[in-house]
Amino acid sequence: MTQTQALITILCIAAATLLTRALPFWVFRGEAPAFVRYLGAVLPGAVIGMLVVYCFKGVTPLAWPHALPELLAGLYVVLVHRWKHNLALSIGGGTALYMLLVQVVFA
Amino acid sequence: MRIKALRAAFPRTLPVMTGYLFLGIAFGVLLREAGFGPLWALLMSVLIYAGSMQFVAVGLLTGPFAPLTAALVAFTVNARHLFYGLSMLGRFSGRGALKPYLIFGLTDETYSLLCAGEAPEGVDKGWYDFFLTALDQLYWVAGSVAGCVMGAALPVDSTGIDFAMTALFLVIFVEQWESARSHLPALLGVGASAVCVAVFGADGFIPFAMAAIFAGLTALHGRLAPLTQANSEEVQA
Repeated sequence: MTQTQALITILCIAAATLLTRALPFWVFRGEAPAFVRYLGAVLPGAVIGMLVVYCFKGVTPLAWPHALPELLAGLYVVLVHRWKHNLALSIGGGTALYMLLVQVVFA
Repeated sequence: MRIKALRAAFPRTLPVMTGYLFLGIAFGVLLREAGFGPLWALLMSVLIYAGSMQFVAVGLLTGPFAPLTAALVAFTVNARHLFYGLSMLGRFSGRGALKPYLIFGLTDETYSLLCAGEAPEGVDKGWYDFFLTALDQLYWVAGSVAGCVMGAALPVDSTGIDFAMTALFLVIFVEQWESARSHLPALLGVGASAVCVAVFGADGFIPFAMAAIFAGLTALHGRLAPLTQANSEEVQA
């Protein structure tokens, strides 16, 4: 691929990505229909659930280490956040715990 | 006004900063190994600005020249952003000149920061959303350029740092769970996605999960719509 071809490829990817983000705003100018407003209200809960699954999609529960690092660190994040509601403690602590688990404990 | 909004937004973006810096570095290292220098990393992170798609793009750039295929792949990989736009129609409608950039920068992580709440009391809502978006992109651009400059010669073992993203999504999930009037959307999102991963595999489950979520929320309309209407009336009152 020449540099010009690489540039064209990048511009095409950028345009397609922007389209996925801008399309709803072009289609529903002004007041959106009631059903679309309903979707807007209930989608975030469902989509964040999907993203959580997306993050865990690569785990291998049937093979060593049986998804234990992900499970333990994930459990830590949920429990500590419900308890303290402190971002640094939940996310910083959870990430540090996960790194410790994959680099040392289950290495 | 802007300084106040920046001060309010910055602490909220810290988890994304950790995640984006390290994911960005990983992307930059990969891009350099594919034979592209820091200017290319800068160009891609400024113009495309989509984490997972940029990793896919490295593969496309090393293959044969096929711009339409690249666009189609990008649309499919990022189709979930259609949902983000749908749920930000109302919020972005009052953002004026900032709106185009807010739409451009609507990544997974920025979307979840927006979902976590509006600007605190006394802070300008538009500039707060703008700084959440712009700081996130700044982290991503900085990380990817740094990764491309440093190459594989990173000083510390950062294995597992990408868990910051997972932790961020889990925290947002917990906060939404606690404030939601019904847990059905959250349960539907997790359940349908898990089933789709099992049936269609981890790599291509997203479009199927989106279809299942859409079908599920449509089926639950009668049950959930009264709750959302009551909610918006309270907000107006």
